[in-house]
Amino acid sequence: MPKLTIDGIELEVEPGTSIIQAAEMLGIEIPRFCYHDRLSVAANCRMCLVEVKGGPPKPVASCAMACGEGMEVVTNSDMVHKARKGVMEFLLINHPLDCPICDQGGECDLQDQAMAYGYDRTRYRETKRSVKDKEIGPIVKTVMTRCIQCTRCIRFCSEIGGTDDLGLINRGEDVEVGPFIEKNLATELSGNLVDLCPVGALTAKPYAFTARPWELRKTESIDVLDAVGSNIRIDVRGNEVMRVLPRLHEDVNEEWISDKTRHAIDGLKKRRLDRPYLKSGKGKDAKLAECTWDEALKAVAERLTGVKPTEIAALAGDLVDAESVYALKLLMGGLKSPHMDCRVDGALIDTSSRGNYIFNSGIAAIEDADAILLVGVDPRKDAAMVNARLRKAFVNKQVKIALIGEPVDLNYPVETLGDTPQDVEAFIAAKDGFAKIFRDAKKPMMIVGMAAFQRDDGAAVFALLQQLAESFALVREGWNGFNVLHQAAGRVGALDLGFLPQGKDGKDFHAILDGARKGAIKALFLHGVDCFDVRQMVGKDCFVVYQGHHGDAGAHAADVILPAAAYTEKDAYYVNTEGRVQMARKAVAPLGDAREDWKIIRALGRLVGIEMPFNDLSELRTAMVKEYPVFGALDVVCPAPVSKPAAKSGVLGDQAFVNLIGNFYQTDPISRASAIMAECATTYGQDGALEDAAE
Amino acid sequence: MLADKDRIYTNIYGWESFSLEAARKRGDWADTKSFIQKGRDWIIEEVKKSGLRGRGGAGFPTGLKWSFMPKENNGKPHYLVVNADESEPGTCKDRDILRHEPHKLIEGCLIAGFAMGANAAYIYIRGEFYNEGSNVVKAIEEAYADGLLGKNAAGSGWDFDVYLHRGAGAYICGEETALIQSLEGKKGQPRSKPPFPAMAGLYNCPTTVNNVETISVVPTILRRGGEWFAGFGNDEKNTGTKLFCISGHVNKPCNVEEEMGIPMRELIEKHAGGVRGGWDNLLAVIPGGSSCPMLPKSVCDTVRMDFDSLRAVQSGLGTAGLIVMDKSTDIVYAIARLSQFYMHESCGQCTPCREGAGWLWRIMTRMVKGNASVEEIDMLLDITKQIEGHTICALGDAAAWPIQGLIRHFRPEMEKRIMEYRKTAPKESLAAE
Repeated sequence: MPKLTIDGIELEVEPGTSIIQAAEMLGIEIPRFCYHDRLSVAANCRMCLVEVKGGPPKPVASCAMACGEGMEVVTNSDMVHKARKGVMEFLLINHPLDCPICDQGGECDLQDQAMAYGYDRTRYRETKRSVKDKEIGPIVKTVMTRCIQCTRCIRFCSEIGGTDDLGLINRGEDVEVGPFIEKNLATELSGNLVDLCPVGALTAKPYAFTARPWELRKTESIDVLDAVGSNIRIDVRGNEVMRVLPRLHEDVNEEWISDKTRHAIDGLKKRRLDRPYLKSGKGKDAKLAECTWDEALKAVAERLTGVKPTEIAALAGDLVDAESVYALKLLMGGLKSPHMDCRVDGALIDTSSRGNYIFNSGIAAIEDADAILLVGVDPRKDAAMVNARLRKAFVNKQVKIALIGEPVDLNYPVETLGDTPQDVEAFIAAKDGFAKIFRDAKKPMMIVGMAAFQRDDGAAVFALLQQLAESFALVREGWNGFNVLHQAAGRVGALDLGFLPQGKDGKDFHAILDGARKGAIKALFLHGVDCFDVRQMVGKDCFVVYQGHHGDAGAHAADVILPAAAYTEKDAYYVNTEGRVQMARKAVAPLGDAREDWKIIRALGRLVGIEMPFNDLSELRTAMVKEYPVFGALDVVCPAPVSKPAAKSGVLGDQAFVNLIGNFYQTDPISRASAIMAECATTYGQDGALEDAAE
Repeated sequence: MLADKDRIYTNIYGWESFSLEAARKRGDWADTKSFIQKGRDWIIEEVKKSGLRGRGGAGFPTGLKWSFMPKENNGKPHYLVVNADESEPGTCKDRDILRHEPHKLIEGCLIAGFAMGANAAYIYIRGEFYNEGSNVVKAIEEAYADGLLGKNAAGSGWDFDVYLHRGAGAYICGEETALIQSLEGKKGQPRSKPPFPAMAGLYNCPTTVNNVETISVVPTILRRGGEWFAGFGNDEKNTGTKLFCISGHVNKPCNVEEEMGIPMRELIEKHAGGVRGGWDNLLAVIPGGSSCPMLPKSVCDTVRMDFDSLRAVQSGLGTAGLIVMDKSTDIVYAIARLSQFYMHESCGQCTPCREGAGWLWRIMTRMVKGNASVEEIDMLLDITKQIEGHTICALGDAAAWPIQGLIRHFRPEMEKRIMEYRKTAPKESLAAE
């Protein structure tokens, strides 16, 4: 533990700590451009120079110099000031005076540091360099003349993105950052380059020239476009979401977010349901027409009270928040219908214990795992941030990763061990190869995707994986390596609330759809269900109520549409795939006549004679926490056991696992409505993109 | 003047063949085995005793540098890398060694490699040295055929391989860490130090990078003894013999091996046929390759050619490549040309060098004509100080020093040009107003 002094303050640091990190601990600011604590050290911008007494009579780069015993560091001497001023001057001589027309203006490191550490006038009288802009995809806009060659973007791409698309070409003052050939960045994390770039060289293409940072109101919230629950900041001007930025959460998304999380938000303005609709007319002439809330709710209430309780069913979709699911469950309970399910992707998960359906080890623990088995999962498309962790684990310690499932394109080496349940059986029996590594591992981790359960024999596959977990002792003292990776943000919350078939007679997802097709279910309440073609799966006679915010699959089949708030428009709890309860906050008001979900359900309850025991959100939450204590602690992962394999789980089939997300960019009503996501899907040639475009 | 019997490079002019047979006649590869049998410590001690300092420019004591290598191989191989990327303008000593004395280098590789526990040496040769590289390849083949390299090299019991790698023509790849990067197949950009190559160099293994001349004098030092080598020179810190490259305005430009610390005037007059038009026609000399600050005639009259004497007059021995300029030289233009060179050869990673080198050249171009203001001379000096010492490698310093030397000794000349330009040039063409 070296002891040193920085500006006369003594401190002791871990061996290997750099001076810049030590100074940060003391709250001493050292300006920097190329240094970033999640990237390798380049030490090339030379902005972080400090003086180390007793060394050679020249300043040293504090980002690359490790703290040494007895070091005496000075960050505010004349030598340091002169060095900073000099570097700043050099950075600015070829940097255009673009600030008034630059999107980075107001949140630009170069601008800020020029204010703090630069000269107040220029001595440069020669011509400035100009650099050709690069075309690197639909997310990142380049203005390369502004580039200061800090190489953060290059290092991000090759270290975290896993693609060596960017590099430094030429040399001397002709160096340019860019792809060696014109090429789109092959990573779904490209938006992070915009955050990393300390100047305005890389800015967000979709956000170009739309707002200035000082005009924006910032709300800290949670992303719902996958089950990771990335922490985000929603920037709003007026009642319009202008952009989404990542928020630091070491255990979830670190400081990155995927391009979908960041740029699907233009979908919040398109295909929105902003007023209630009611179907009128008979047969072929039946048409949805605008109506008032009163008319819509009354129509629903009439139908719900007009049929037998067992003829009513409810499904909760991908983007639903916990509060509304809780309210919906109360409504169904009041109506005495046992038919409800939230597993609308058809995944047959054994929900007997909470540990069965969450990502038990936690996302951050991927870095600790010493062998990882993926089953029926494409982490890159299912949860890009989990994939980033997997890559980090590979980069940091070359962790061995194997896959049983459909072969997928991942940015780290993966050993493929087959793609059927029988391959899982063989793996359990195997004695050598990866099975041996997995058996010998101290912290073995299995990550199971929905593809393993979204099949007729899903329950049998689940039991098989429980066997695997037992055989390899995935759950052991201080470690639970049984991990389920969900795709939908609302799923774990709904599972925690037990939004599942009630009692023996309760129909599950498949039975509800079957009933709706054959007439056993006469009224179907769809709470944000858009993930399959409802119109085709539900019979004509079934009365369909759709509550949600986008005119997508669910609304197309609806007899009544109840317009609800999207995730940016309500305060709500979401539970991510780890079982971590997080709070999304209202950034803007719901669009038009749309209302927050729980309010709609509560109002509906009143009309059918069910008084819910709450009048506002906080009362709802109090009631919910009382009944489901999991929701009592925000941002905490409660350990949960994995149950023993069920005795009866059906027969194991022999079909291969098939990943259902072919198109990363368009997985939910919001991203399907987004023009930018559509462009990404076409640009990156994702499966299904062309069909969508033709539609 | 160095006696012929004390010359290390007896075939530096290529009067004899470079082949193994001829080299053996000159004494190379004699007793190599016995040096190795005396052990690592003896070799390093002998080199330390000789006072040999790195011949590539920085002048770091060679024995000390070798002793930085870990004593034991901790599972990682050690490497010797020979820097044959000689690109410093005004320098051509390594080329003649590679051309005419390759066996001295290869023998030196074996001995130095053994002394640092390396079983392999990489000679990184400048791509433009095509014929020289071919000679080295031929010499390596001869050595392998004769059992001097490979398993049990020269019967010493030490396995040793030598590989030649051709560079692609970048000056910066002569910087040791950039050279390592380039050797690894990456872009030639210097690495930030620490860690130094002795801890983590080529492929992250302990590595020592030495200049061609440094390595190729080692066998002779061992053969004739460290004391013999240390017997030459001014003082105990500047010892041995040294190859000097004399070019420019002299009657007979040449490479010559001389004693360290020989007076510059004696060196030029005895070996290079004197300055064109006589000593009094001398304007200035760049004593150690283009990156060293120049010295005006008044200094050249008395200065001795060794590391510390030249440092005392704010210049350096560098590679000992003397660029002699007589009074017909446009001294500002000469330095402007060097500025252009450094701008072109900057690798582009560090801000001060990337941006500063080009700026310096642009100002220098104006200074050549005098299209500047007198204050800009101070600004120019200030910019060189902003570059110097602020970069990862020494290329930033190298870009700054020639201009500092110019301003230090020829400021009146620069001012005169500015004044004259003001008188003649039309007012609107004046920059910097």
